[in-house]
Amino acid sequence: MAFSDLFSRRRKDEPDLDTGAAKAPVHSTKVLAKFIASLNGRTSPVLLDLGSVTGSNVTFFGEKLGCKIIVEDLSKDIDRAVKEKTLPELPALLTKRFSQEDGSVDGILCWDLFDYLDKHAAAALAKQVVRLLKPDGVALGFFNTIEPKEPNPAIYTKHVVVDSAHLQYRPYEAARGKQKPFQNRDIQRMFEPLRITEQFLLKSQQREVLFRKTGEAGTGA
Amino acid sequence: MWKRDEAVKPTSQPTPAAAPVASNVQPSTPVAQQAEPRRIERDLVNIGKSVVIKGELSGSEDLTIEGHVEGKIELKDHLLTIGPNGRIKAQVFAKAVIVLGEVNGNVTASEKVDIRDGGSVDGDIVSPRVAIAEGAHFRGSVDMQRKGAAASASSSASTASSTSKSTPPSQPAVAQAAQPAAH
Repeated sequence: MAFSDLFSRRRKDEPDLDTGAAKAPVHSTKVLAKFIASLNGRTSPVLLDLGSVTGSNVTFFGEKLGCKIIVEDLSKDIDRAVKEKTLPELPALLTKRFSQEDGSVDGILCWDLFDYLDKHAAAALAKQVVRLLKPDGVALGFFNTIEPKEPNPAIYTKHVVVDSAHLQYRPYEAARGKQKPFQNRDIQRMFEPLRITEQFLLKSQQREVLFRKTGEAGTGA
Repeated sequence: MWKRDEAVKPTSQPTPAAAPVASNVQPSTPVAQQAEPRRIERDLVNIGKSVVIKGELSGSEDLTIEGHVEGKIELKDHLLTIGPNGRIKAQVFAKAVIVLGEVNGNVTASEKVDIRDGGSVDGDIVSPRVAIAEGAHFRGSVDMQRKGAAASASSSASTASSTSKSTPPSQPAVAQAAQPAAH
């Protein structure tokens, strides 16, 4: 192994908040291509992005895939709940958060938001994901598999699509760090009746999951 | 270099009155404080910081807004710039829109919507091209359907103008799914 390899890994493991957008590390992704492929055949698919707004993502999904993109940045809701000390009310807030109709969304980008939620809030959000997805709709989620280290850095990651196989990770300040990781079984249960159609465990110990709502699945709300 | 200065000179001479420019921007309802835009350059109309307009604003040249506008803005074939001090609570229809200030309402552009660093949009955007800078705030939906945007910027502006009196400014004109909520 070359020294340069060691240094490049170190850069990826320790996000630097001062890193400029251009210098932020680029990671490969397995599940994004499947997510995009699922949206590709649809006419004017509706895409819900739960992460922080990113101009290049809007361009990518809007211009290349012809998506109508709805941006609902949940990191701001989490931050507000932490600052106002209303975290116990977050599940109720998430239940009422989305004004969209049942089965109105073709694809949902959850990114790694579930890592920042407690069990009840995560369950409430998962229910909304189930409710909002159209039959055969897909949701993409990233789940941390390792216990957060102490001190737990309060950092969100902005996922910027470079291409269908690569994402740039841009760290930015958060009000809380990642929470205890969910077990695979918990994830499956949370998103029932969605089916996990793709699942990849990356070297970074992050699990990439693609959920799909089967044609017969109910709204789950 | 010298020639350019000479060319600019006549346009920078103080005009005795701003009245000719005002004819291009037509607030259709009473103006709260001051509704007369000033001409600061040859092809640029500027609505200053202290200006508050409530009602319908339409024009046929590029416009920069630094003040407050509530209601509806229609610059069908021209560029609308919401300056860093601009506060808009309106439906916006233009050829291109650059946002450096705050917009609360739906934005429809036939060419491009550009939300710059520090700019904020709470509403739905319909435009074939949308640029959102790092540091910009956006909440709502983006529809980049080329057909829809081109058609809606030209036609919905005209249809909306006939129906706008019955439509409250906060009500989405093009929204289908998202309803931006207050933070």
